[in-house]
Amino acid sequence: MIINHPLLGPRDASEFVYLGDAKLMNRPNPKSETALQDFHDYMYLRDNPAGEHKELWFHEQGDRSWLIVTRNTISHEITHVELARPSA
Amino acid sequence: MRYNALQILRQGLTGHKGWKPAWRKAEPKPEYDIIIVGGGGHGLATAYYLANKFDQKRIAVVEKGWIGGGNVGRNTTIIRSNYMLHENEGFYEFSLKLWEGQEQDFNYNSMVSQRGVINLYHSDSQRDAFVRRGNAMALNGADPVLLDQAGLRKICPFLNFDNTRFPIQGGLLQPRGGTVRHDAVAWGYARGADQKGVDIIENCEVTGFIIEQGVCKGVETSRGTIKARKVGVAVAGSSSKVMALAGMRLPMESHVLQAFVSEGLKPVLPGVITYGAGHFYVSQSDKGGLVFGGDIDGYNSYAQRGNLPVVEDVCEGGVSIMPMIGKARVLRMWGGIMDMSMDGSPIIDKTHIDGLYFNGGWCYGGFKATPASGYCFAQLITTNTPHDTAKHYRMDRFTRGYMIDEKGQGAQPNMH
Repeated sequence: MIINHPLLGPRDASEFVYLGDAKLMNRPNPKSETALQDFHDYMYLRDNPAGEHKELWFHEQGDRSWLIVTRNTISHEITHVELARPSA
Repeated sequence: MRYNALQILRQGLTGHKGWKPAWRKAEPKPEYDIIIVGGGGHGLATAYYLANKFDQKRIAVVEKGWIGGGNVGRNTTIIRSNYMLHENEGFYEFSLKLWEGQEQDFNYNSMVSQRGVINLYHSDSQRDAFVRRGNAMALNGADPVLLDQAGLRKICPFLNFDNTRFPIQGGLLQPRGGTVRHDAVAWGYARGADQKGVDIIENCEVTGFIIEQGVCKGVETSRGTIKARKVGVAVAGSSSKVMALAGMRLPMESHVLQAFVSEGLKPVLPGVITYGAGHFYVSQSDKGGLVFGGDIDGYNSYAQRGNLPVVEDVCEGGVSIMPMIGKARVLRMWGGIMDMSMDGSPIIDKTHIDGLYFNGGWCYGGFKATPASGYCFAQLITTNTPHDTAKHYRMDRFTRGYMIDEKGQGAQPNMH
């Protein structure tokens, strides 16, 4: 798989480390009434869809940026790549 | 029809005209007592033990495609019980015992071959860890043998003992481990279940569950509604997809694992050799091909194929520990979809919906578990109480903090 890095251009996926669902960026509110259940769900439960999946890839062998990659888990086709945080 | 030597003789003398299909092509009935979703190894084994050991009647197995077309047909056929954690080891040892009696039990030649499984170690600390694991195995009635380098050289003289990065000091051998003809496992269980009247319904995809006031009353399928008192789901890589139809989110991700077969060679390997440090393991099939694999690709996938970087990694691992393998050519490669759980261990449990049972999260180790998984799932469905060896495989263990994490990786499914 080739990941089209927004800053560096097309890079081989083997330069990256995979974390998983991009929803992991949204940590639950620790002060919420339901924090215990929320953090359990955040930590252990996944949607795990067959089809389009927004996911976090870390460019470890490159510029060490976090990317949000939109990829189809059935075909491995990558349709969109963006920086997880806009660059300064 | 029982398969035996007399039958072969009789059929041989009558032109082999009397052989019957090993199982019927069943049409779905409107209602069953028990429906098993998933006609793979675990689903068929569950149906087999429900009918043969737990005296259940009116059972159907519904399968989206054809039976045995998923991971039971796509694995590397290894059986073993060399786990460390007691929550796992008792279960896998129970499974290995079922393997040992399987062919007689279901009257089918699944070619169970106990040719031994060796895990290589490369340092003093890794040896100590293996000794500890061996002791855990022995406590559960398994058969660990610690080999030093001289002992290993006698069995596997071809290994690269002087590998610079990972010199081989010895190995942990389980002589009762080995390989099985994987497709025959699906066929044998299917035939055994069919003979007890289980309907095996292929090309029948589950599209929904009928759930009324917290009770599961059947399934909607591509071939119509089928009612049932109890529904058990055993669909491996598709677990999240299927259980989402019942409104559940699971503690797992689906990942692709690749495997490879070389061209046929003369017998060169005595058994199964695993080289964990180099992400490589290998055995030799009875047809002569080297059957080998390594790590999962590491990203969510429902594609039954992987990518080239892992192919390179696996082949590098093979050549580094067993240089002679460099002369063999890869004949075939394929991928299977693993339901990677959050602690690397499976789930066999009731769900919060009455009458709906779940079996999954086998990661890349489901094949060796097939008989015990089926047996324990059948017992759970019949009696509503878990089998003694599977009582730790609960759905809520992540909530309670009782993870079963052999590798100690934490909640990162692609690291297990």
